[in-house]
Order: sequence, then C-alpha cells, then structure tokens
Amino acid sequence: MNTNNLNYLVNSLYLIKPELVISAIIVLLVLVDLIMLKNKKLLPYISIAGLLIAGYFIIEHFETNSFAFSTSSSAGMLIVDPFGNFFKLLIVFASILVVLFSVTSVEIKNSLDRHGEYYALIFGMILGMMFMASASDLIVIYISLELVSLSSYVLAGFTKQSLRNSEASLKYVIYGGISSGIMLFGISIIYGITGSTNLYEINSLIQAPQVQSLTFLLAGILIFVGIGYKISAAPFHFWTPDVYEGAPIPITAYLSIASKAAGFALLIRFIKVTFIQSIDPEGFWHLLSIIDWKSFIIIISILTMTLGNFAALWQSNMKRLLAYSSIAHAGYLLLGLAVMSNEGITAILIYFVVYAFMNLGAFFVVMLIANKIGSEELDDYKGLSSSTPFLAVSLSIFLISLTGLPPTAGFIGKLYIFIALIDAKMIVVAVIALLNTVVSLYYYVKVLKHMFLDKSEKEIPAISTSYASAVLLIAILAPVLVFGIYFTPLVDLAKSSITLLGF
Amino acid sequence: MTQIGLNHFLFVSTVLFCLGIFGIITRKNAVMVLMGIELILNSANINFIAFAKYGNFGYQGQIMALFVIILAAAEAAIALAIVLNIYKTFSTVNVDEIDTMKD
Repeated sequence: MNTNNLNYLVNSLYLIKPELVISAIIVLLVLVDLIMLKNKKLLPYISIAGLLIAGYFIIEHFETNSFAFSTSSSAGMLIVDPFGNFFKLLIVFASILVVLFSVTSVEIKNSLDRHGEYYALIFGMILGMMFMASASDLIVIYISLELVSLSSYVLAGFTKQSLRNSEASLKYVIYGGISSGIMLFGISIIYGITGSTNLYEINSLIQAPQVQSLTFLLAGILIFVGIGYKISAAPFHFWTPDVYEGAPIPITAYLSIASKAAGFALLIRFIKVTFIQSIDPEGFWHLLSIIDWKSFIIIISILTMTLGNFAALWQSNMKRLLAYSSIAHAGYLLLGLAVMSNEGITAILIYFVVYAFMNLGAFFVVMLIANKIGSEELDDYKGLSSSTPFLAVSLSIFLISLTGLPPTAGFIGKLYIFIALIDAKMIVVAVIALLNTVVSLYYYVKVLKHMFLDKSEKEIPAISTSYASAVLLIAILAPVLVFGIYFTPLVDLAKSSITLLGF
Repeated sequence: MTQIGLNHFLFVSTVLFCLGIFGIITRKNAVMVLMGIELILNSANINFIAFAKYGNFGYQGQIMALFVIILAAAEAAIALAIVLNIYKTFSTVNVDEIDTMKD
C-alpha cells in the first residue's frame, strides 16, 4: 500500500459523500434513540435534516463522471455519474416524503417505543438503494440488494400487531431469499466464465467471440431473477400484492417507489454496461448477441403489465389494487428499457419522476382515510365525495394520472414511453401497451365510481385532515397537475441525466 | 486415483442448488424453506471458491464467499425472527396455512 493508493481511497470517499452522510445518520439515529428513551419526537427531524444534506451533496456533484474505489488492477467498485445521481435524488426525495408520511401514520404511531429502529431501518434501505444505483461490480450489486432487502423484510412486518403484517414479512423474506439466492448463483457462474466481477471488465472480456453463450444466457437470466423480484416484474411478482397489502402504508408507498427505482437503475446499468457493443449516433444501443435482451424484456414487460392490469380488475382492497397497478407500471417502465435506446431511458426517467408523485400521493390519501376509518376496503369508500370532498378529489386526480389521461403528469410519462416505442418502430408493442392502458382505466374509474356515485348504507363520518397533512397533500398534488401542462424542465433534467460513465 | 478437479466441485454445487430449489418447493414448514435458501447460497459459495482456485482468478472469489457467508447469517437471523413472530401470531409455521389475505 503506497501513498498514491491511499490518496486515491481518500478521493473516492469524497465521491460517496451522500452515502457517508446517510451512514452517519444511521449511527446518529440509533444513538439518539438510546440516549433519549422517552422522547422520540426528534427522530423525524434528524432524518429529514440528514436527507436534505445528502440531497445537497448529490446536487453539488451531479455532473461528476468518475469511478470510485478502483485499484491498479481493476476498474472501480462504484460509479458516480449523472444517471446514478438522478436515481439517488429520486430516492432521497421519496424518502423525505415517506418520513413525513410516517409522522402522520396512525399504524406507525402505535409502535412509538420502536421508532428508533424504524428510522434506522429506513436509512439502511436508503443506503442500500444508493449503492444499488451506483454499483458497477457484481459483489456490490449483491450486497446492496441484500442491504435493501434485509431492512425492508423487517419494515414490512414492523407493527407486528395484525396478522397480515407478520404474513407480509414472512412472504417477503421467503420470496426475497429465494430470488437473491438464485441471483447469487448466476453471479457465481459469470465469475466462473470471465474471472471478474466488474461489469466493465466483463464487458471487455465477452467481446471475444469464443465466449460460451449458452452458459452466459443462463447466468444472465438467473441474475435477472434477482433484479426482477425487486422491480416486481412478472413472473417474479407473487410477493407484491400480499406484501403491499400487509405492510404499513408508508412502507408500501416506499417499496412501490424507491426500491423499484433502485431496481430499475441497477437493471439498466447492468444490461447497458455489461452487454453493450456500440451506440449509434441516433442513440440506439447495439448489444452483444450473447443474450437477446430486447425480445426477453419485451416479453417480460408485456406479461407484467397484462397480468398486473387484469388482476387489478377484481380487487376490492385499495392497497391491493394499487399493488397490482404498480406491477402494471413496472411493465410500462420496462418497455422504455426494451427500446434499448437513449430515448427510451429518457422516457423511463421522466416516467419515474411522475410516477413517484402520483403513486406516493395515492398512497398518502389511502393512508389518511385508513387513519380515520381503519380500513382500505373499497366498499368503505362509498359516499366519500360527500363526506370529505377534498380527499376524494385529490385521490381522483392521482388515479386519473396513474391511468395516464391528460392534463395530468401521468399522460406526459406515458406519452414519452410511446414516442420512444414508435421511434424504434415497435408499433405492435405500443398498441398492446395502449390496450393495457384502456384496461387500467376500468379499475381506476371503479374507485371514482365508489367515491362519487355510490351511496353508503351506513353513515360515514367526515374525515378531518390536519393542517399539516393538507399542505403536504397539496404539495404532492400540485406537481401532478403542473407537470401535465409545463413539463419542459422535467424533460431537460431527464435528458441531462442519461449519461452513464463510459458511454 | 483420479484427481479432484473443477468439474467435481461444480457437480456438487449444482446438486446442492437443485436440492435447495427442491426443498423450497416441496417443504411446507417455513424453517425448512429457509434451509433450502441456505443450500442455494452455499452452492453459490462452492462455485465461487472452486472457480477462484482452479481458474487462477486471484482472491476475488474467496472474498465474495466471505461476504456471502456474512449476509447469509444476517438473513437467517432476520428470517428466523420473522418466523418466530409468525409462530406467536398464527401458532403455526406452515407456509400453506398462513394465508389470510385473499387473491
């Protein structure tokens, strides 16, 4: 170890400042929780402050393009580039909202004595997701994936009171354990073929024609199992409805946005960096012919969205309905990747920002209603428009946006995905996606019908929302409407964030 | 006597992987399912170490195996805690019977 190497290590630490802040906050949260046993009010403030500092560091180094933790013999373990920073920013943003949700959630409030671990575990997830968004080595990919999973297993069953809570965490841990084990087996095969775990080195090694493509195909699909489980793509989605229904609502919302975003960041980076051959001037990628990722992703995405949309038609529980809708959205997002072009990635980034607002908003309204009536059944939503018009109207706007109708932001997200598909001359796929959107309209409108047209047999009390939660709801609602009309800044941000290091 | 080579290790690891999958599919007891998961993780570990030794790839494989052992321990701890919690609420650890949420 000479001084040169040491300097390099120190420089790498500067590159992962946001992650260091998050790690420091984990320690701080645990310590504060231990010192102030009685007073748990401070914990959310510390969390928000830590997230804001991390967000500041991400924005400060947004344009960086560099490896971190490389040695003389290998390329880096982590990459800091605009693409990863975009996802980190999205994760930090979603985390701030989820911390605010947790403060208002009755479910979480009921287990006040364990708030310290709750926030510490959330920060464990954030740390894992940030590393997922910037991992360039299979070891880091596996460890960060496990870090996210292990924290979220516990969070899914955090309140421990209801049956469905424990059931959710059991199903999550079993499905998660199996898929990460299968992924690890795939990683071990890739290591055996190439002798390296670094994505960039693997890429340069498999350019040679004599690579055993059948074994590689198997390994690639095994790794996709692990990532597909994180983004709840069919046929690895079985955990999603049960876990989303059973987990506390803030955690459900968090799983549907942040861990899905991190999974997509990882999937895009894995496929692009490992299998790229060249990019033509129009931004289309030419991948190595070892694995036909394009057809594979198209099949998976059509399967995912069709299954999600059709299963959602019969749901009577709001959380379960949103779970299936989030599976369907994973399908739309995968289409952006199936295009295999820079334009498709731009579309994914735009969609994710929009999706974060509308899905978090929808879950927030569901949570505010569940706080008062203690249920998420659709039948209990009857007559909501007369008792609480504010919540009914906001939920309607979020659901219309999830359908993808103008003038909401959801329309812009879908529009860019479809433009990317048509530019790549994938008309048939675009038509299937469009038909799926029509199907999704049915179950979203079903909720509106329950709220606005159906009369409840029993008297429903008016659901009063506190001043703070009303402000928060409007803060989430405003972008959903504004981005539907004025979306230039969003598109510019997405276009500037598609740079992956080296490409 | 034949020399033990890479193929022998790969054979053992593949058998272990298949046994793990088999156990997960057939067993109903949650603890047995978790044991199946451990088998899968360890089959990957054998792969890593065998490839590192016979492929002359350096120490990366061994390091990876160490990480996996640590993560497997952490995962087992968390999973068993969850199973314990399940036993307290459902008084059973049979995966098939733990199905309160409808499809």
